[in-house]
Amino acid sequence: MYGRKVKLRFLFIASVFLSLILSAFLILKSLEENVVYFKSPSDIQFLEEIKNQKIRVGGMVKENSIKVLPEKINFIVTDYKNEIYVVYSGVLPNLFSEGKGVVAEGFLKDRNFFEATKILAKHDENYMPPEVKEALKEK
Amino acid sequence: MKFVFKLFEPNKIFLITSRAPKYVMALFIIVISIGLLEALIFSPEDYKQSHSVRIMYVHVPAAWISLGIFSSMTFLSLSGYIFKNKNFFLISKSLASSGLVFNIIALVTGSIWGKPTWGTWWAWDARITSMLILALFYFMYLIAWRIYENKDYIFKITTLITLFGIINVPIIKFSVDWWNTLHQPASINILSKTTIHSSMLFPLLIMTAAFALFSLLIFLMKYNTELIKIKNKGLDRL
Repeated sequence: MYGRKVKLRFLFIASVFLSLILSAFLILKSLEENVVYFKSPSDIQFLEEIKNQKIRVGGMVKENSIKVLPEKINFIVTDYKNEIYVVYSGVLPNLFSEGKGVVAEGFLKDRNFFEATKILAKHDENYMPPEVKEALKEK
Repeated sequence: MKFVFKLFEPNKIFLITSRAPKYVMALFIIVISIGLLEALIFSPEDYKQSHSVRIMYVHVPAAWISLGIFSSMTFLSLSGYIFKNKNFFLISKSLASSGLVFNIIALVTGSIWGKPTWGTWWAWDARITSMLILALFYFMYLIAWRIYENKDYIFKITTLITLFGIINVPIIKFSVDWWNTLHQPASINILSKTTIHSSMLFPLLIMTAAFALFSLLIFLMKYNTELIKIKNKGLDRL
């Protein structure tokens, strides 16, 4: 068997490791609010107060909700439970489309209305050639 | 266990590390040629991202390799510390630089990929930030070797750096599941369904093999240098 020293060194490493995991867990738990990159429309509904500071809202662009007006674009971000109405004027990323993920950065006017200053597209984990997508659609 | 350590004796390994690189190099050139042909020419474009999906074939393998190398370094450093085997530390040291290079490649290609898809070069989301922290740990590790190379506490310092850094590795892996991130969730899953079409998965795996071979090549050359340093000190064993 291994000597006493080896066992002690193992115990030392194991205890350092466990306390590191525990502290990392506690730190991340308490910072959760800041670690998330965006809030979902449901999170917005549960906000205690609406502050006039920059936040990000993310979710799916609701189907048939994009309305392009001369100076701005309107659409609805949904997480399939709650929705938020977003208005934006500026350049849209190429992947922005209905039924796809989106993250809007800007200011919350009230619980249902968001004025975006920047739009980011969030794509999902699915990768396939266009032909396969067509075949899936036909099904 | 004693038998395993015998296999790691420098004199025996030196023969391998001085002869193997040219074969590994040849294999690397073959595999990366196939991988790049598949990734850049033969693989289809994505239905959503069209040709920008090709960045994935560099980005994803680079990220995997950098995570894999850091995990191996931690395992080696901890074993070296517990069983007092200096050779493990030298293997770990020789692995580190290619890990850092692939980590930086993953960050840079991610940034280049982010602009056409997300619409931004950089986002402080959990996945990207934790990956940047991993790069800092690699950097710390390599700097520590530079500064304290000849001190006898170098092994303890580098072990502690890997022990702190390894906490970050599962955070990188699960960041996309635990928190809302701009980064997509994993496409390749062992337990659940893989959401990447086989025609795109194939070049991805070949590129991973190519990058792994490249790390092996750099590792062999670095490790060979370490062994030569020991020989020059006139020590026949560690």
